Amino acid sequence: MIKVEGLTKRYARTVAVDNVSFEVAKGQIVGFLGPNGAGKTTTMRVLTCFLPPSAGQAEVAGFNVTADPMEVKKRIGYLPEVPPLYPEMEVLEYLTFVGRLKGIPKADLPARVKSVSERCNIADVGAKLIAKLSKGYRQRVGLAQAIIHNPEVLILDEPTAGLDPKQIIETRELIKSLAGDHTIILSTHILPEVEQTCEKVIIINKGKVVAIDTVNNLTSRLRGSEAVAVEVSAKNGELGAAQVQQRLEQVPGVSRVVTRSGKEGHLRFEVESLQGHHIRPEIARGVVDSGWNLHELHAVAFSLEEVFLELTSTETVAQTKGAAQ
Amino acid sequence: MSNIWIICRKELKSYFSSPIAYGLMAFFALISGYFFYMATAIFVTRGLESQMMGRGMPMDVNEWVIRPVLMNVSVIGLFMIPMITMRLFAEEKRSGTIELLVTSPVRDIEIILGKWLAALMMYGCILLTSMVNLGLLFAYGKPDWKPMLVAYLGLLLQGGCLLAIGTFLSTTTKNQIVAGVGTFAICLLLWVLDWVSAFETSATSKVISYMSVVTHFEPFSKGVLDSKDVIFYVSVIFLGLFLTARSMESLRWRS
Repeated sequence: MIKVEGLTKRYARTVAVDNVSFEVAKGQIVGFLGPNGAGKTTTMRVLTCFLPPSAGQAEVAGFNVTADPMEVKKRIGYLPEVPPLYPEMEVLEYLTFVGRLKGIPKADLPARVKSVSERCNIADVGAKLIAKLSKGYRQRVGLAQAIIHNPEVLILDEPTAGLDPKQIIETRELIKSLAGDHTIILSTHILPEVEQTCEKVIIINKGKVVAIDTVNNLTSRLRGSEAVAVEVSAKNGELGAAQVQQRLEQVPGVSRVVTRSGKEGHLRFEVESLQGHHIRPEIARGVVDSGWNLHELHAVAFSLEEVFLELTSTETVAQTKGAAQ
Repeated sequence: MSNIWIICRKELKSYFSSPIAYGLMAFFALISGYFFYMATAIFVTRGLESQMMGRGMPMDVNEWVIRPVLMNVSVIGLFMIPMITMRLFAEEKRSGTIELLVTSPVRDIEIILGKWLAALMMYGCILLTSMVNLGLLFAYGKPDWKPMLVAYLGLLLQGGCLLAIGTFLSTTTKNQIVAGVGTFAICLLLWVLDWVSAFETSATSKVISYMSVVTHFEPFSKGVLDSKDVIFYVSVIFLGLFLTARSMESLRWRS
């Protein structure tokens, strides 16, 4: 549905998006994840034909953004970071205006306006001036504006920014309910959002794509090495942490052992394995054979947050190295 | 075509849902009413004078009232233009709604024409208030309506070209005040260029005075519809709208 190849956008002095390529299949929700200034908004603006790319190709629903912008625009619903609302208009009036602008036939317009305002839970403020709406309502009117012409592709730039927790949950639910009919790209710098709403995630940092994968794969890819939490105590008498650590390090396949703070005299460790090793049985055997009590042994999932931090921070290191050379 | 109308209607609505339209119309009505009063007062005194002198000079309402009033109206119009055009694009750029317009299946030129047309209609509504005064003349006398019509056409054309320039300036900034002040400066310049011809007769001064919008309005105020002046106004309108389109395009490369 969306195909981006070698997309580059340069401004006068900076490169905002550098050789970005990705694809999004029909009906998917894809999260565009990256810190502020990573190039998320710029990429989205290219996809919506707001900005022309400096180099590379972008295709939406089979139409090129530079060659056929009109066809692309017809098939896209876009919610910019700040919802594009006219404060002097009433909600219904605004939706009708946008509907006309998007080329909805006159006969269908009232029905479309009604159905999107129900879908976005704004039917109760239809006669209110947009200037008088709260932030949450504005965001929903913005979303209603994006879906009014039933576009094949929805592009949402930080759709939950600045909302309170309850509104964030509602907005996420709404976005999830839109998947299937629509292909959705949403950008965010909030990790849990991607975890909760997206099937696939594109991580972007400093204009470059760092990783593209499903949330699960991304987590396990980094985990290919597995992390295990171990809690141990002495059967009788004292037990030194160093002693246990030494024993754990002897287990084949262990790459690193980190001491964590345990409670009630228990010693707690986090053990990381080399890629492709299953170390849990060996650890259990090692602990029991040494005559200690094994209280806990389980795999620790890297949260996407760690994935993100790891991916983006190693990227930074690599880049500064490159600059130094 | 329908897209132009959609944009135009939205702009007109936003003029009339804020105090600006009513403020401008009231202000304009007041000033043009004052000029009308002055012109008729002069007309009446002169009329009485010439009767007392015993030389019953024929006095023409068109010549003595309508023409000076409309000449003044054209100058007051210059001051109205910036207030009409300053918000057109600057406001949309500031609030981010320009993204909605530009990412909708609408051509840039349709957005520009829609906005310019709305500004022209707004200006037309302002001019209408001055017609009320002149309407009074028809109740008490027999002025010729044809030159008046030509003069109003001239006012609209003159307004149209200044509005096109104002629309252009509005695309260059996010700040309404900057757009307004810039437009005002250009309007003022295009008005005073005409003064050169008062004390200079060289070729340069002729060229400079030719560029003034007021020079070209004079024949209209006399009821003379000269193709030379119409072409001047129409080409300035084209120039202004063309620059607007270029500026909007560059907005995408720069922003």
